Amino acid sequence: MLAYTIRRVAQSALVLLIVGLVAFSMFRFVGDPIENMLGQERTVEDIERLRDQLGLNQSFAVQYFKFLEGAVQGNFGVSYRQGRPVAEILMERAPATLELAAVSAVFAIILGIAFGVLTAIRRDGFVANFIMSASLIGVSLPTFLIGILLIYIFSVELGWLPSFGRGETVQIGNWSTGFLTTSGLQALILPSITLGLYQMTLIMRLVRSEMLEVLRQDYIRFARARGLKSRAINFRHALKNTMVPVITVIGLQLGAIIAFAIITETVFQWPGVGLLFINAIQFVDIPVMAAYLMLISVMFVAINLIVDMLYFLIDPRLRVDRAGGH
Amino acid sequence: MSDAVLSIRNLSVEIPTRSGVVKPVDGVSYDISAGEILGVVGESGAGKSMAGNAVIGLLNPPAHIAQGEIWLNGTRIDALKGEAMRRLRGKEIGMVFQDPLTSLNPLLSIGDQLTETMLTHLPISRAEAGKRAVAALEEVGIPGAAERIDSYPHEFSGGMRQRVVIALALCAEPSLIIADEPTTALDVSVQAQIIALLKRLCRDRGTAVMLITHDMGVIAEAADRVAVMYAGRLAELGRVRDVLTQPQHPYTGGLMASTPLASAGKARLHQIEGAMPRLDNVPDGCPFHPRCTYAESKCRAAPAPQISQNHAACWFPLMAQKVS
Repeated sequence: MLAYTIRRVAQSALVLLIVGLVAFSMFRFVGDPIENMLGQERTVEDIERLRDQLGLNQSFAVQYFKFLEGAVQGNFGVSYRQGRPVAEILMERAPATLELAAVSAVFAIILGIAFGVLTAIRRDGFVANFIMSASLIGVSLPTFLIGILLIYIFSVELGWLPSFGRGETVQIGNWSTGFLTTSGLQALILPSITLGLYQMTLIMRLVRSEMLEVLRQDYIRFARARGLKSRAINFRHALKNTMVPVITVIGLQLGAIIAFAIITETVFQWPGVGLLFINAIQFVDIPVMAAYLMLISVMFVAINLIVDMLYFLIDPRLRVDRAGGH
Repeated sequence: MSDAVLSIRNLSVEIPTRSGVVKPVDGVSYDISAGEILGVVGESGAGKSMAGNAVIGLLNPPAHIAQGEIWLNGTRIDALKGEAMRRLRGKEIGMVFQDPLTSLNPLLSIGDQLTETMLTHLPISRAEAGKRAVAALEEVGIPGAAERIDSYPHEFSGGMRQRVVIALALCAEPSLIIADEPTTALDVSVQAQIIALLKRLCRDRGTAVMLITHDMGVIAEAADRVAVMYAGRLAELGRVRDVLTQPQHPYTGGLMASTPLASAGKARLHQIEGAMPRLDNVPDGCPFHPRCTYAESKCRAAPAPQISQNHAACWFPLMAQKVS
């Protein structure tokens, strides 16, 4: 188990290095940051001086190496646009995105599993059929359209919920939270649904099909033959077996929620890292883009690592096989 | 009928299909007494498992009991639904399935599966259930039961798993066990052990057993009486010794002649010509007549006679022909 963990962590580090390399090799195609940084009144000398100062005349490999050198020490450089350290800007923006992602993930996982189980157990019921049909909307509508529809219905027509921003936030140390104020919570509702709806329908459909498969298994039939209550059969025996493949997908989806937050944050003008990234691209703010991409890939890799560890908790067969195999 | 643990009377199971109703079980009647093992034999699709599933209330819809009665310890159970039937399962009727590799939940320890079953049916504490779980494993011959109680199914061999399955089926002390092909998926060397175990446990507790199999060897070894099924109907019912040595129904005779014996050398094995009819196309009269070498016009025209003790469902039982 320990050897396995160490190996997985090493693999993760390798993945991060490669992601960074690919990212840096592409930055040169995004545009020239110098254009935006200097005003109309620039001279060729100014441009050359700034380019030299930022190290932009070096090859991408050298730039990447310098970035890594700084990143290891916690220094991600200075934003071209804001002139402040990138780490500081990210720390400021991260709580907004993480809170939005967390609420969306909880919404997607809880409702996804609940609806999935419900539609599997009451396969031909009216409610189950209704949920299955409605879920097609979640799968097929693009995120920005869902966001705009929700804003139109609940903000413009009904006026119940705010259409943009985080509402009031409370500062706790370095963390600004929207969980502690009414307006902060209200502001979370529409963006969370927008961001989580697709993931929810995906999880629901997966849980449903896996659950139907599990319910056909012999051990479920044997559990019935032993007279176990249907609650125990559905939730203790069937759901646990359903979760093994579902956890993989949930893990990948959590990463996707953070990554796709870009669109939702743009629609709702949510002051998180996604919106920061979009603005950074427009300004060709390379340090911010680099730090953001690394942050997202660290999260993806970390979530995958946790998911792999979760298998051990759920499935006893892996514990034995792996312990014996390594 | 009153002293029998299980009484099945004129039981029919029907499945509505697009091309009409098929009857996998058609007018079957038999009793099983306490401590008795009734072997139910027949080819695949003869309705033997379907009858067992009907008794424990686990027919897969749209299959359903169309007529007949099922009595368990003097109570009629064929019309029980939902919660009432669930209470009987495990508590009054235990079931052992064919494949021990797939009938245990891979993610729960065998101790958990045992205690869960007992706590569902018996008014005992969790600690008491844990103790009984170890005792149950010891009883079915799992070595080191106390240490292995927290093991998971994949840590056991096939034969050991079938022992666990038997412990599970018996842990709430049911009065009837339905064993559906309990040895078919096992190695030959393990089969005899499992049969002996099932036999010993049921003798000791006075549990009635419905032993469903297609293996005449298993019947000869374990059963007290045997019911031979063909195309959903009972062909013959009687004591094992009588049926095996002096089969009356031509189908039973054919089955016996086609069972390989190690002592018989390499002589060609007898075959029954043709195949059992599809259930949506059972011929009129005696369902066996197209394959029967003794069939006469009466067999084609009239349904086979009612079966009774020591009487096969046949117009021209084998014994009579030998006499004439």
